[in-house]
Amino acid sequence: MNCAVYRLEGISKVYGTREVCHVERLEIPRGSVMVLMGPSGAGKSTLLRLMAFLEPATSGQIIFEGHSHSDGKAPPLEVRRRVTMVFQTPIFFKGTVEQNVAYGLRFRGELNVRTRVRKMLEAVGLSQLAKAKMASVSTGEAQRVAIARALIFDPEVLLLDEPTANLDPQNVVLVEELVAKAVNDRGTTVVLVTQNVFQAKRLAHQVGFMLDGVLIEVGLPDGIFADSVDQRTRAFVRGEMVY
Amino acid sequence: MDSSTQITHIVLLSLGVSGTALLISSAVGIPIGVWLGFRRFVARRLVIAFIYTGMGFPPVVIGLLVYLLLSRDGPLGWLGWLYTPKAMVLAQVIISFPIITAFTMAAVMGVTGNVRLQLLTLGASRLQATLAVLSEARIGVLVALIAGFGSIISEVGAVMMVGGNLKGSTQVLTTAVVQSTRMGLFEQAIVLGIILLTISFVVSLAWIALQGRSLLEK
Repeated sequence: MNCAVYRLEGISKVYGTREVCHVERLEIPRGSVMVLMGPSGAGKSTLLRLMAFLEPATSGQIIFEGHSHSDGKAPPLEVRRRVTMVFQTPIFFKGTVEQNVAYGLRFRGELNVRTRVRKMLEAVGLSQLAKAKMASVSTGEAQRVAIARALIFDPEVLLLDEPTANLDPQNVVLVEELVAKAVNDRGTTVVLVTQNVFQAKRLAHQVGFMLDGVLIEVGLPDGIFADSVDQRTRAFVRGEMVY
Repeated sequence: MDSSTQITHIVLLSLGVSGTALLISSAVGIPIGVWLGFRRFVARRLVIAFIYTGMGFPPVVIGLLVYLLLSRDGPLGWLGWLYTPKAMVLAQVIISFPIITAFTMAAVMGVTGNVRLQLLTLGASRLQATLAVLSEARIGVLVALIAGFGSIISEVGAVMMVGGNLKGSTQVLTTAVVQSTRMGLFEQAIVLGIILLTISFVVSLAWIALQGRSLLEK
């Protein structure tokens, strides 16, 4: 039985004449946390957008749950709805916190929206802000709202683009707990982009290192952090400048 | 017909003609504005240039075109619409359509592309994402409707040409103001002018209220 949620083969994304993302091969097991690391401009966010089916790859194929998506067309809505993504700077809509959290459920025509929103807000510790306008919440709270909004419809895959980049340590811990809980309790597969090596050590089941648009190394955390094959990965995890 | 009945008839006809024209131009202009706001295609800039040109088209020229279209020897002369409210509606649709389209397009473009991506990641279908973007851009769309209505309720040249300003039949507020002024009936002209301004103001307030925004909102 193949337990990989994603299998990427020969994926390439080109803007103009510049290849911004290249992944020769990558498999992401179900219910695991894959952490993608690398400096800014390495192609990590582009890779997430490809995996979220927000844009098509220029070449190669993304095999999601055994089905190949390589023809440049967006997959059917039912497939797209199994994956969600939280941006580094999430976009919120006019209205209250609870209205924002309810968006995904309303798109799916779900019932008991109010009850589920209330439970989810409790889970992320934001019950007291249910009626608050989005414009009035702090950055940390907003990031938790974004994660609640993504988790409320039980996605199979949660793609997180530097979700703790602008947060204080307390909120970082809260967000990491939410991610770990999603994986442990619901079996959600998480792909997390971060530049924080310590965060990667805390959360990852598998780590990938990207540089200049290319996924250059993938491995288990122990291997990557203690004895990575590529010297550029070794330099990055030691906190050295990587070019 | 006494003067108050006459004024009531003029007001109702003005609202009827401009309201119908707004309804038609919105039904066509809003979807096209949304489409232009979202889509990128080869001749997009050319289409936008045409629409912007339409926004600046002098109403009298539109009146002339509609007149030529509907006159007895014109291509649509067989309709028999000239000097009827239908001709006035047609002229006003042509005047307000580019305004509503352009303002809607600008409102949709003002909502960043990331909003659409965010909606898609939350599982929105293309239609749901489009409607949600439209909802985010609703203030801009409201401005489009107000601007479109303002441009036609206050317009005089085109409706005068194609309607003929026939008392009790095609006379609307603007053409009645012109006629009253020409006849030296300044009091009546001022009353009609105040009614016209009041209609514009009340319609704007009503639209803002329809958008669910308190008028006292800061």
